[in-house]
Amino acid sequence: MADKKMSLGHELTKGIIKENPTLVMLLGMCPTLAVTTQAKNGIGMGLATTFVLLGSNIVTSALRKVIPDKVRIPSFIVIIASFVTLIGFLLEGFVPDLYDSLGIYLTLITVNCIIFGRAEMFASKNGVVASACDAIGMGIGFTLALFLMGSVREIIGAGQWMGMDIPVIHDNPMLLFIMPAGGFFTLGVIIAAVNKLSNKKPPQELGCSGCPHAETCGKAGDCQ
Amino acid sequence: MIILLAAMLTDNFVLSKFMGICPFLGVSKKLDSATGMGLAVTFVMICATLVTYPIHHGILVPNELEYLDTVVFIMVIALFVQLVETMLKKCIPSLYSSLGVYLPLITTNCAVLGVTVLNIDNGYSFVQSIVNALGGGLGFMLSLVIFSGVRKKMEYADIPETFKGVPATLIAASIVSVSFMGFSGLFN
Repeated sequence: MADKKMSLGHELTKGIIKENPTLVMLLGMCPTLAVTTQAKNGIGMGLATTFVLLGSNIVTSALRKVIPDKVRIPSFIVIIASFVTLIGFLLEGFVPDLYDSLGIYLTLITVNCIIFGRAEMFASKNGVVASACDAIGMGIGFTLALFLMGSVREIIGAGQWMGMDIPVIHDNPMLLFIMPAGGFFTLGVIIAAVNKLSNKKPPQELGCSGCPHAETCGKAGDCQ
Repeated sequence: MIILLAAMLTDNFVLSKFMGICPFLGVSKKLDSATGMGLAVTFVMICATLVTYPIHHGILVPNELEYLDTVVFIMVIALFVQLVETMLKKCIPSLYSSLGVYLPLITTNCAVLGVTVLNIDNGYSFVQSIVNALGGGLGFMLSLVIFSGVRKKMEYADIPETFKGVPATLIAASIVSVSFMGFSGLFN
């Protein structure tokens, strides 16, 4: 029993640091770069994604014995798209501000590789409880990474943090940081910092192991 | 015309809307695979627009089912990619051998879903939607091709150990993105 608890705890925590989906496994780059102009949006996007991830992981893992292997990718997509529609309604009803600022990227959670990758790699092979823990852990890791990105970009780019003005920087903000170019730059520096801190060889390739198409992609000769 | 150029340059999907970053970083290592991926994406974007636009305005709106957009569109794209793959394999094997491997990757490319949803959100007409898809696809290809050139140079650069690999690629992408900022304000 104690053993089982340990492993559930492991599923829960591994997503936060060791296998952080954004900073270590490099999944879900599009929303990471697009919505993190403010720390607040980063948290909103992170929580919305966590919700979808939790829902889709639970359903996928509950249905994993029913879904035939051949049609699993379309089935996963439909499950995920349903949850995205659901969270779209919830946000529109309760937090319209956030709904407006996330805009099209809320719809694009459907094709976020984190959710797809977790359904394929974890939920389709593990039980419901373990999958739920995995989803929560990955979701928290994603939210933290987005919050970090959003904070850096908002502080340097706008001289504000969570709506509060920050003295000195607020007078001369570096606008570049809230523009697309700053997003790429910030993410690059943060990943470099994570590499340095974790003191290991940096990943040479993108997270191909997490990509459901790794096999096909390998044929193109770009992904090992 | 303005929509075409705007979608290609000022609103470039990769560099200013951050859609399709995964293929942008993954497939931009070699020039020929970047061109292949770009062509395949352009093709699927146009076809997906051709199919989803009538579905949205012909079936979903009259029945007040607009909220099903996401679910329906992603299914259409997934089905469509499968269909194109099978057809190319049968009819034009030479094109299949050059584009085929990229097709399955496109289902989960957010730029394709993005362009269909944006066409609806912006209230474009049918022709405008197709032009927007064409511009988006060409812009995607343009940035992929430019970036593959940048990456080739980077292979010979002496980069600090910590920044090797992905961080250096991202920072290079940031610089390419700055150059595209020069186009902003070209159209209103």
